[in-house]
Amino acid sequence: MQHGKYRFIVGFLAAPLALYALFVIWPFIQSIYYSFTDWTGLSPEFGMVGFDNYSRMLDDEIFWKSFQHSLILALVLPLVTVGLALFFAFMLNVGGRRRRGAAIAGVRGSSFYKIVYFFPQVLSIAIVALLFQFAYNPNSGAINSVLKGVGLGSIQPDWLGDPDLALICVMVVLVWSTVGFFVVLFSAGMASIPRDFYEAALLDGASRFTTFFKITLPLLWDTVQSGWIYMGILALGAESFAVVQIMTVGPSGGGPDYSTIVLPLYVYQKAFRDGQAAYATTIGVALLVLTLAFAAVVTKLGRRERLEF
Amino acid sequence: MKTTDTATTGVETPGGPGGPGPAVTRTTAPAPRKESKSEGATLNVFSHGVLIIWAIMVVTPLLWAVMTSFKTDKAIFTSPWSLPDKLHFENWSRAWTEAHMSDYFLNTILVVGGSLIGTLLLGSMAAYVLARFDFPGSRFIYFLFIGGMSFPIILALVPLFYVMQNMALLNTLHGLIVVYIAYSLPFTVFFLTAFFRTLPTSVAEAAFVDGASHTRTFFQVMLPMAKPGLISVGIFNFLGQWNQYLLPTVLNTEPEKKVLSQGLVQLAVSQGYKGDWSGLFAGLVMAMLPVLAAYIIFQRQVVAGLTAGAVK
Repeated sequence: MQHGKYRFIVGFLAAPLALYALFVIWPFIQSIYYSFTDWTGLSPEFGMVGFDNYSRMLDDEIFWKSFQHSLILALVLPLVTVGLALFFAFMLNVGGRRRRGAAIAGVRGSSFYKIVYFFPQVLSIAIVALLFQFAYNPNSGAINSVLKGVGLGSIQPDWLGDPDLALICVMVVLVWSTVGFFVVLFSAGMASIPRDFYEAALLDGASRFTTFFKITLPLLWDTVQSGWIYMGILALGAESFAVVQIMTVGPSGGGPDYSTIVLPLYVYQKAFRDGQAAYATTIGVALLVLTLAFAAVVTKLGRRERLEF
Repeated sequence: MKTTDTATTGVETPGGPGGPGPAVTRTTAPAPRKESKSEGATLNVFSHGVLIIWAIMVVTPLLWAVMTSFKTDKAIFTSPWSLPDKLHFENWSRAWTEAHMSDYFLNTILVVGGSLIGTLLLGSMAAYVLARFDFPGSRFIYFLFIGGMSFPIILALVPLFYVMQNMALLNTLHGLIVVYIAYSLPFTVFFLTAFFRTLPTSVAEAAFVDGASHTRTFFQVMLPMAKPGLISVGIFNFLGQWNQYLLPTVLNTEPEKKVLSQGLVQLAVSQGYKGDWSGLFAGLVMAMLPVLAAYIIFQRQVVAGLTAGAVK
């Protein structure tokens, strides 16, 4: 397969590589370079300022708030989402009544549940955020009307308007919209675990609780770990941006008293609202460091010997 | 499941010789405990209860949105949970024409259609070369591509905005298309490279010996063989690009060029002053229903496609 090989390789790689380099790689390199300048983004002139942006960032109270919120999202969201999804997936695959000839069985209608749980995944995160913004509306929203309807009229939280609740409201929406994907993902993984393992364990008198921790989880570990990282990156990146930007409008964007501002939204505000492009890229670099650190830590903590079956 | 059997290597193979297997703790006296009927029944009730509650939590907001889209503005605010007095279809027609939902739909279809074709074509070309040919720098290029999966897009967005501005691509649909393609390449190349490696080499070699050029071999032999992989990665990209919000928000601010998700958000913001909430809900439901319907029809393929890359 030598004839014309290099001409072919160059011909096939040129277009994808050019697009990728121009619109992805080059902007990434530029953004690190810009973080050392005083560029406003509005005029083409700028000068080098060394680490000024970085020291400014370390003194910026709102930066630390966004950093803290992003960190909370990256820690809490994967825990809740992956935990809930594992629980549901196990119920769907192993939680059913025993039927003839099968040691373990999913609940009746498990395929129906899998279809329904996946619904939010196909909806745009923007649509989901809008929908929940209405539901959270303190005066006439769906949630507070339910509270009124069941006789809890005295409890009418301000939800997104309450600095103590706003971030939790945002997290609930992100969990709601992503759990289904992981349920389906883990279900597919669980379906590939050989049935004999469960049969042997159940014969030995193991409870379902034990089988989950001794069989299901170890054999599913790789999938769980990649799901964990994927969810963390979502929580740090585009998804949290969309939810916070749409749901918590506020005068400044990012909730009352910056109670929901996250790093990607702060980058956006600095770059496209405040005309501080260089400073925005500095915050972006911090976000990149946080994302890479998160992935590295999870990979390291989660490393264990791979089980083949 | 048929379509992606080859892609889901390992998922569909049950049993197997087993190997050492996981350590199942074995007590000294393995007296097979009889699981009482009542325990099984309790567990069953419990699992069903929990599962039904979550299903209700998923479906309720969607049904509520559909119901609300048929109500009058007044009813939306005074009694959010009551059924509409009659089906106000005029909300839907108003949203379609006056609120520009038809334009947003058209823009989205053009952008997603264009970028989906581009992503699959360019992605499979790059992946094929990287999977099948040894040449200096091939590993570097591969890692350059897949490295893009872990970088936060927002970081590149500030310089990207000015790259687009300089190339006069800002606020154009074709500009959005090339950017979607570029940002879809990392996952697409990653997935398809792995996929092309699993395909047998003999067919391509036979075609080549018979005098087909590399290009012809690729388009007439390899690409048809790669169809299951292309479908998987195509579904993944379709959902991602259809639902994209961050990229158009920054790169496409002209009102008549907006795509669905940003157009709806724009409407919601301006509704704060105008107050056509029922029209907005009709728009929301309009944007929701096509993908939901497509998902229900093709759910097997969607689920198989989305889990193919991730389950080992």
